[in-house]
Amino acid sequence: MELTLWTYEGPPHIGAMRIASSMKGLHYVLHAPQGDTYADLLFTMIERRGSRPPVTYTTFQARDLGGDTAELVKGHISEAVERFKPEALLVGESCTAELIQDQPGSLAKGMGLNIPIVSLELPAYSKKENWGAAETFYQLIRGLLKETSQDTSRKPLRSWKEEGRRPRVNLLGPSLLGFRCRDDVLEIQKILGENGIDVNVIAPLGATPNDLKRLPNADANVCLYPEIAESACIWIERNFNIPFTQTVPIGVRATKDFLKELYSLLGMEISSSINENDKSKLPWYSKSVDSNYLTGKRVFIFGDGTHVIAAARIANEELGFEVVGIGTYSREMARKVRATAKDLGLEALITNDYLEVEEAIKESAPELVLGTQMERHSAKRLGIPCTVISTPMHVQDVPARYSPQMGWEGANVIFDDWVHPLMMGLEEHLIGMFKHDFEFTDDGHQSHLGHLGGKTDNSEDHEQGFNAKQIEPSESESGLIWTSEGETELAKIPFFVRGKVRRNTEKYARQAGCRQIDGETLLDAKAYFSA
Amino acid sequence: MSGSTLLKETGPREVFCGLTSIVWLHRRMPDAFFLVVGSRTCAHLIQSAAGVMIFAEPRFGTAILEERDLAGLADAHEELDRVVKNLLKRRPEIRTLFLVGSCPSEVIKIDLSRAAERLSSQFQGQVRVLNYSGSGIETTFTQGEDGALKALVPLMPKTKKEQLLLVGTLANPVEDRLKTIFKRLGIQNIDSFPPRQSTELPSIGTGTKVLLVQPYLTDTARVLKDRGAEILKAPFPLGVEGSKHWIEAAANSFNVNKELLNSTLEPLIIRARKALKPYREKLSGKKLFLLPESQLEIPLARFLNNECGMELIEVGIPYLNREMMESELDLLPPNTRIVEGQHVEKQLDRVRGEKPDLVVCGMGLANPLEAEGISTKWSIEMVFSPIHGIDQASDLAELFARPLHRKNLITPQALKTV
Repeated sequence: MELTLWTYEGPPHIGAMRIASSMKGLHYVLHAPQGDTYADLLFTMIERRGSRPPVTYTTFQARDLGGDTAELVKGHISEAVERFKPEALLVGESCTAELIQDQPGSLAKGMGLNIPIVSLELPAYSKKENWGAAETFYQLIRGLLKETSQDTSRKPLRSWKEEGRRPRVNLLGPSLLGFRCRDDVLEIQKILGENGIDVNVIAPLGATPNDLKRLPNADANVCLYPEIAESACIWIERNFNIPFTQTVPIGVRATKDFLKELYSLLGMEISSSINENDKSKLPWYSKSVDSNYLTGKRVFIFGDGTHVIAAARIANEELGFEVVGIGTYSREMARKVRATAKDLGLEALITNDYLEVEEAIKESAPELVLGTQMERHSAKRLGIPCTVISTPMHVQDVPARYSPQMGWEGANVIFDDWVHPLMMGLEEHLIGMFKHDFEFTDDGHQSHLGHLGGKTDNSEDHEQGFNAKQIEPSESESGLIWTSEGETELAKIPFFVRGKVRRNTEKYARQAGCRQIDGETLLDAKAYFSA
Repeated sequence: MSGSTLLKETGPREVFCGLTSIVWLHRRMPDAFFLVVGSRTCAHLIQSAAGVMIFAEPRFGTAILEERDLAGLADAHEELDRVVKNLLKRRPEIRTLFLVGSCPSEVIKIDLSRAAERLSSQFQGQVRVLNYSGSGIETTFTQGEDGALKALVPLMPKTKKEQLLLVGTLANPVEDRLKTIFKRLGIQNIDSFPPRQSTELPSIGTGTKVLLVQPYLTDTARVLKDRGAEILKAPFPLGVEGSKHWIEAAANSFNVNKELLNSTLEPLIIRARKALKPYREKLSGKKLFLLPESQLEIPLARFLNNECGMELIEVGIPYLNREMMESELDLLPPNTRIVEGQHVEKQLDRVRGEKPDLVVCGMGLANPLEAEGISTKWSIEMVFSPIHGIDQASDLAELFARPLHRKNLITPQALKTV
C-alpha cells in the first residue's frame, strides 16, 4: 500500500484509452465498475475533444456481481460492435474487473465476431498509464500484423532505391494526452518533406486499424515518443526488418542528429544543409548579447523520460544553463534518465511522489524549473519561475496556437517558453531594486509571482532604501547567528537565489568555525565558493 | 405521487462514483482527512475531478493497493495501519479520518469498519477514525456524502432539547442566511450537519426536527430517525417555491405564527421573483433534458419548469427514492418523463432526437454535445455553487440561462449597419 495524494500517471487502462481515442475505427470495451467513466473527461475536457472516447464501459454494480457478469460483458460487446461498427476491437478491464477475473478478452474471442479482437492484459496494481499505452499500441499492432509477419519474407533494407521512389517512414507514438503531439507531428512531417522523405502512416494519432496494417510498407520507423512507441518499434524491427530512430528531435542539435540518424537508416546521402543554423531562431537568440544573462542559470528538470532527456540537452548545450537537478516519474525510462544525469554529474530522482520532487527543488535552489503542471505549482509556492515541459496534461497544455516542441519551430517555442519566465524573474529583481524609487511607490504593483516576489513590503521604509530600518538579527537552525547587518546584506540578494546564498554562507561559517554571520562573512563565503 | 411517467433503463452508465463527494466534503470540514483505500484509478478519478494541484497538501489521498496487498503477502490491515500512522504523523492537524472504501477494497473485502475501530482506539484522544464506502459498485456521486454523514451520526451527542437541524452540505454563506431567516421566525435552536469542524458535531435526539437540504441523504435520514429525530417532509430548498415550502415545513412544525411567517417570507419572495424575471424570459419555453448524475435532477426540473417556464423533455436520475422525493414529485407537471437508471447510448439517441435547448449532464459528455450544437450545463456545478434558498433562486436560474445567453452572443449574425 502506498499513500498517494496525487499521481503523475493514471492507471494502465487510461493508457489504452489514449490509444483507442487517438485512432479512428477502433473501439474499446472496458470491463469496469460504475464511476470509471470519469476518464472520458480527460479527453473531452482537458483535450477539449468534441467527440466521446470510443469506449464502452460495462459499468457493473454490486448487484451484478451476484449474477453472471460474463453475460453482462458479452452483452456490452455485441451492443458496442453493433452500434459503432469498428474495424477492430480492444477488450480489457480496469482495476476492479481484474479482481473478478471474467477474462473479457477470451469471452469476446469466443463470440464469433468477424473483426480482429485484441485482448489487453494491463496489470492495474503494478503498472501505470504510459506502460498501458505502450502495451496497447504494441498488442494492437502485433494483433493486426501477426499473420502478415509470418507469410511475408523479410524485405531488404532500403528498397526505396530499387523501387525508384522517395523513402517513406512511419511516425509512431503521438497520442492524445501526450505533450504537444498534435503539433509535433505537423512539424516533423514538414521537416521530412523538406528532406525528401514521405510519411507512410502516423499512428496512433489519427490512424485506423487498416492503416496499421500498412506499417510494413515503410523503410524506417520514426519513434517520436519512446514511452509509447518503443516496444512497437522493436517488434516491427524484429519481424519486418524495419529499423527505427533512437533520437527524439527536440532541440536544434537533437533535430540535426535525428535527421542524420534517419538519413543513415534510410541509406540517404547526408547533405551539408543539415548543419545550417538558420532553420531555427534558437541558436542566434541564444548567442545574441542579451542572452548573456542566461549564462549558468540553474535549472531543475522533472517530467516524463523523453522530454526530460531532451530538456537536459537543450539546457546544457544550447542555452548555456547549469542543470542542477533532474528526474522522471517514468520508471520505464529510468535507465536512460539516469545515464543523462550521470553525464551531467548528477543523480537522477526517480519518483512518483510530488512532495519528494518539491523537496529536491528546494534543495537544489534552481532559478528555473522545467517540469509538469505539478512542479509549476510547487515552484509557485517556492517563488521560482517554471515552464511546463511534460505531461500529465492540463487544459493549458493544449494551446489553441501551433506550439510544437519538436523540430525547428519546436526549438523556437522552447526558447520563448523557457526564457520568458526568467525574464519575469529578472523583472521581479529589478522591481525589488527600484521599489524605493518614486515611480514605484505604488504598493499595488504585483507581477506574476505576486506575494513572493514583486509586491512591495510595507514594513520597509520607503524613503531611504534597505538600510533605513534595521532588519532583525536571527538564529539559524544550526545555532548560527545572523547579525542584523548580515540579514540586511542578504536581503539585497535577488530573492530567487537568496535561499541558496543563505545555505552556502552557513555552510562556510560552520567550516570556518565562526558563529556569527555578518556582511563580511557573506562576502567571504561568496569568494570561497566561487574560487 | 403525481402523474409522472416513470421508466427504468439499464445499460452502460455515465455517472461518477461516490468517491467524488470527497471533493466538496473536504472543503466543508477542513479538519478532516479522507483516505480512500483503493487503486490508482481512484486516486486519478479524485484528482481529475477536483483540480487537486492547487493544494500544497490536499486533505484527501489514496492508499493505493499494490500487487503484494492482493496476493496476501502483506496483510492489508497492517499496511493500512502503517499508511495511517505516517499520514497522521505528517498531518497532526487532522481530527477526523475517514477511511473510504472503493470498488477494489469492497471486492477483496477489506473490512474497513474493523480497521476504523482498531485505529480509533490506537489514536484515541487525537483522531477519530470512521469509515464508509464511496465505491462505484455501490454508490453514485452524491451518495458518498450520504455515507460520510451516516458514519458521523453515532458520534453525535444526545439531546432532548427542541431544535432544528439542517442536514446536508451547504455553502457557508447560504447556511448563515438560512439560519438568519429561521431566527427571524423565532426558531432559536438551529444547527447544521455536517458541521464546519468535524469535531463540533451537533447533538441529536427526540426534540430534533430535521430539514434535509440535499435530496441524496437517504441513509443518513434513516439513522437520524433511529436516534429519535423527526424528518420533516418537504420539497428541497431550490428555487422560490421549493425553499418556501421547505421553510414552511419547519415553521409549521415549530408552530410559528402564520402572520409572522408570511410577513417574513413575502418580501423575500417578491424580491426573488423580481430577480428571476430576466432569466425566466430567457429560459421560458426552452426544452430541457437532464441526464442522471447528482440526484438533484428532480428538484432542478421542478424549479426550471414551475418557476422558469422550461419544458421538461426528460428527467434522468441515477435512482429513485420515492419517500425522499414525494413532495417534489407532487410539484412536477403531469406526464413528466422520469427515467431511473441509464443506458447512456440510448439516452443520447433520445437527446439527439428531441433536440433540447439545454442538456444538464456530466463533464465527460458536455463538450461532445456542444460539438453537436447542443448547449449544456455541468451537473457537478450544482454541488459546488451556493444555490439553496429563496435569495439564491435567481443565481440558480442564471446558471442555466448562461449557456443559452452565451450561445446567442457568439452565434454569427449578419452585420447590421445602423
